[in-house]
Amino acid sequence: MNRMTRRRVITTGLATAAGVSGLAAAAHIANRYGLIPPDHQGILGAGESLTYAAQRILTSRHSQAREFSRSEISRVAPVLGNPPVIEEYQRLVPGGFTDWRLTVDGLVSRPSSFSLAQLRRFPVHSQITHQACEEGWSFIAEWIGVQLSYVLDLVGTLPQAKYVVFTPYENDDPPNVWWESIDMADALHPQTLLAYGMNGSDLPIPHGAPLRLKVPRQLGYKNTKYLRRVTVTDSVAKIGKGLGGSFPEDGYSWYAGI
Amino acid sequence: MAESAQFSGLPVQKFEVLEPPRHALFVRVTHWIYTLSFFGLVLSGIAIILAHPRLYWGETGAVGAPSLIDLPVPFVRDIPIRGPGRYVHFLSAWICVITGLIYVLAGAFTKHFRRNLLPTRKHFSWHSISQVVLDHLRFKKPTEDDAQSYNVLQRFSYLAVVFVLLPLMIWTGLAMSPAIVSVFPFVVTVFGGQQSARTIHFFVAVFLVVFLLVHLAMVCLAGFKLRTGAMIVGCSVVRRDRP
Repeated sequence: MNRMTRRRVITTGLATAAGVSGLAAAAHIANRYGLIPPDHQGILGAGESLTYAAQRILTSRHSQAREFSRSEISRVAPVLGNPPVIEEYQRLVPGGFTDWRLTVDGLVSRPSSFSLAQLRRFPVHSQITHQACEEGWSFIAEWIGVQLSYVLDLVGTLPQAKYVVFTPYENDDPPNVWWESIDMADALHPQTLLAYGMNGSDLPIPHGAPLRLKVPRQLGYKNTKYLRRVTVTDSVAKIGKGLGGSFPEDGYSWYAGI
Repeated sequence: MAESAQFSGLPVQKFEVLEPPRHALFVRVTHWIYTLSFFGLVLSGIAIILAHPRLYWGETGAVGAPSLIDLPVPFVRDIPIRGPGRYVHFLSAWICVITGLIYVLAGAFTKHFRRNLLPTRKHFSWHSISQVVLDHLRFKKPTEDDAQSYNVLQRFSYLAVVFVLLPLMIWTGLAMSPAIVSVFPFVVTVFGGQQSARTIHFFVAVFLVVFLLVHLAMVCLAGFKLRTGAMIVGCSVVRRDRP
């Protein structure tokens, strides 16, 4: 009876130690390979880390979001949220955003800013992809723009880059600090666009004019509208609450490949 | 009444533990982990569907586009649980998938499915099926001997839940992931689109909740304390007098 108990204590102890050190080693390796999302904290973050790591291992940088034919473009393409009300944005609208500039900075060799006309001169990419909102509805649309990777190459992303942060014009008055970020796997993905056109014409204001992000392997809310600034960084820990965006601060996953 | 061996004439009650254990350890552990994560999934699932309680067929669907079914509940967008609900949904889904895999592997390895769940020839007899159906219609409480093995209705419903409904739940869940279908497009195209997958996900969830309600009703009918106790400690403890 005693021996059984001792044996059981020893086995349980060993198993627990092995389990804990195994988990610690797994976490260390996962972190090195960029498999831990910024919103990994707590018990709920554990599920998030599993999802992000599993999907990053599966998807790599190359898997392509499904593309559709022109005839499948949705008649209805709803939007959530209103265009920015701040004067800085409203002033740009009458001139068709000719005075608008996109700032690209952070961990890059040549911080730059681009006008809409400059972005349009870069190689044009278009895709007809499916965008689903986390609420459940979805639509198919054509998006036209320049690959984010092209712009990042132009400004010379530094090797320590881990995230690209997107800052839009604030929607609210008084302004909320509004931002989102994606990892380099999505930032350098060929389908990730800085889109200035939709369904054959200019990007409509409700859809984020003059420029929005398109990350077709993630849900709608990651596709930041009304862009003003793109920042390359090695850490999002010091931005906002350090969760990688305003959505995780409201309780939505940072990684939305679901 | 039985008598004590040493003290003749002194009545003692005999508690007898029926052998072998009614529920194997792995069945009991996975059952209760599943119970918890199932509640996590259902509650967070309700929070998710309430944000857009309309169902569509095909690839796309939105307000303004034709719907398949408008659920008779309001759109509830501004509830604090909506965001965190998603974290709960995916954490619970992971627990369900991992626990489910352990259960299926252990069930196959220990021949649990073959011995206890696959209906045998005797279950398929007309007499046996009609007897079980009649017993259920009469709300007849099963005897302790009945409860020693699963009847034909139990076998079919458990097998359907384990091998059809839950895998379909996981499959349709994955079909809604733009990242997963970028690697495996057939995951969603077999259903005819992302919105079809969402609609199937909803209805299979409804089936599972109905299964849970019937399951609970049956447990209550068979004796809630006894059956729940058996699922915790493994065997039915029955007070039995020595013959």
